[in-house]
Amino acid sequence: MVESGWVRIGLRAATGVILGFLYLPLVVVLIHAFNESPFNEWPPTGFTLRWFGEAMANSAIPPAFVNSVLAALGATAVALVLGTLAAMAVQRFSFFGRDSISFLLVLPIALPGVVTGIALSATYQTVGIPFGLLTIIIGHATFCVVIAYNNVIARLRRLPRSPEEASADLGADTWITFRRITMPGMRTALLSGGLLAFALSFDEVIVTLFTAGAGTQTIPLYVLGVMQRPTQLPVINVLAIVLVLFSVVPVYIAQRISGAEAAGARV
Amino acid sequence: MTTDATARPAPAPSRGRRVATWLHARPRLQLRLLLAAPLFWMVVVYIGSLAILLLNAFWTTDAFTGKVNPFDWSLSAFERIATNEVYRTIALRTVGIAALVTLTDAILAFPIAYYMARVATPRVRAALVVAILMPLWASYLVKIFAWRSIFQGNGLLSWLLAPFGLDAPGTDEIANSWIVFSYLWLPYMILPVYAGLERVPSSLLEASSDLGARAGTTFRRVVLPLVFPALVAGSIFTFSLTLGDYIVPDLVSDAKFIGNVIYDNSTLGNVPVAAAYSLVPIVIMVIYLLVARRLGAFESL
Repeated sequence: MVESGWVRIGLRAATGVILGFLYLPLVVVLIHAFNESPFNEWPPTGFTLRWFGEAMANSAIPPAFVNSVLAALGATAVALVLGTLAAMAVQRFSFFGRDSISFLLVLPIALPGVVTGIALSATYQTVGIPFGLLTIIIGHATFCVVIAYNNVIARLRRLPRSPEEASADLGADTWITFRRITMPGMRTALLSGGLLAFALSFDEVIVTLFTAGAGTQTIPLYVLGVMQRPTQLPVINVLAIVLVLFSVVPVYIAQRISGAEAAGARV
Repeated sequence: MTTDATARPAPAPSRGRRVATWLHARPRLQLRLLLAAPLFWMVVVYIGSLAILLLNAFWTTDAFTGKVNPFDWSLSAFERIATNEVYRTIALRTVGIAALVTLTDAILAFPIAYYMARVATPRVRAALVVAILMPLWASYLVKIFAWRSIFQGNGLLSWLLAPFGLDAPGTDEIANSWIVFSYLWLPYMILPVYAGLERVPSSLLEASSDLGARAGTTFRRVVLPLVFPALVAGSIFTFSLTLGDYIVPDLVSDAKFIGNVIYDNSTLGNVPVAAAYSLVPIVIMVIYLLVARRLGAFESL
């Protein structure tokens, strides 16, 4: 080790401070969910569970929640199919333009979100596709493909080809080999890629605002609407806990399934 | 082989099996079948909508309904952007804040990434990776909402500043968006820099110090050049995400960013102006990505 004692103490202290910075806002929201003050006042004026009851009684939340789940499931399904197909093509064949595939897939994330949003919105209007759940799913799937692709291709690189060859030598055709050998090998990568895509879609708002139209609410759109007309702030604190759990729990599971590189797929 | 199997006549190959055999002899067709759906989606749906966006920038809108008149060619959207000072100010402001956020995140990311890569034990390191991934994925809106409640007049910051006789910044200051953007995208910088630092061989640092370089010199002459591509890789996210965001400026400040102009124009029925103005972040990001590729950042993604 080259780092001197003082440098190491300094690094440890800086790490602590930065972790504190990363978690401070999340802790604040958690506390406000139990804060008696309806205006998010600090210090909290008292402890209450009232906002949880109000969130339960709120009739706008369940349909928005259903839409969010449906959009995330649809986008995840499309992303998994397209990402797996692209990963198998890139990993198993060499062809002209192979290096451009991953660039093409990462483009919807690398270009600013507002660009993807306005491009899809302008296209729906020009072509005449009515806004709704389907248009949300198309938008979300577009930027979720790269997550599924990254997870599957990382797994395919590590999987040995010999079991597939053995399967073929023993007389199994392509479909049986895929179902019994390739698929079980990819299963956890698909699961973690799917969980990450779900989490990303469930939380998305920048592209969704452009692709939802007036009639379709998702949980993030509902939260944003309330934040702009602050009449029900405490209910948002409760919803915030739900939103954080819906993004953090899938990611935590994905992380446990396939290790650090999986959840880093967003990066 | 059992006698049983040889006694029976071989069953006629199933249809699936015949297709499999036929495909097996045609690897190019297999490749085309694999690529057809993903390429259709990315090229026709995604690149296609970027192309339609570009077309929209050259069309006009109906003065009464605000609807786009397709194929009614005009340069009026570009004229409006070129002649109105506000569009230039907003573009410069957005790029400036994006650069500032990128610099802030690079400075904040370095110590924690360095600690993870070179000081922490493997167990602590694994725990820290999870500890950084969780806030990265925790809901984007929730984090903005939290900062709003921290900045507001009777919030946490006002309580902390009161003993010093200072006021809370409120929710109008442009500095708020600098803080919130830096907060939101920090994990995107930490993770690639950590990965980059982990790849720096210890022997190089030891050689540098054996040859008499002090810690500062080793850092500047050995560590920084080796980690630079990783820093650029992280900066793609911090820069691009700031460039394309319109929620943060709307919720924690009253200063408009590029994203706000695009969103407002598209919802207020001026899609051609929104489309023309969206060329600004597209061009900036394409140049940024090309430069980043030259600097070797793509290998660090």
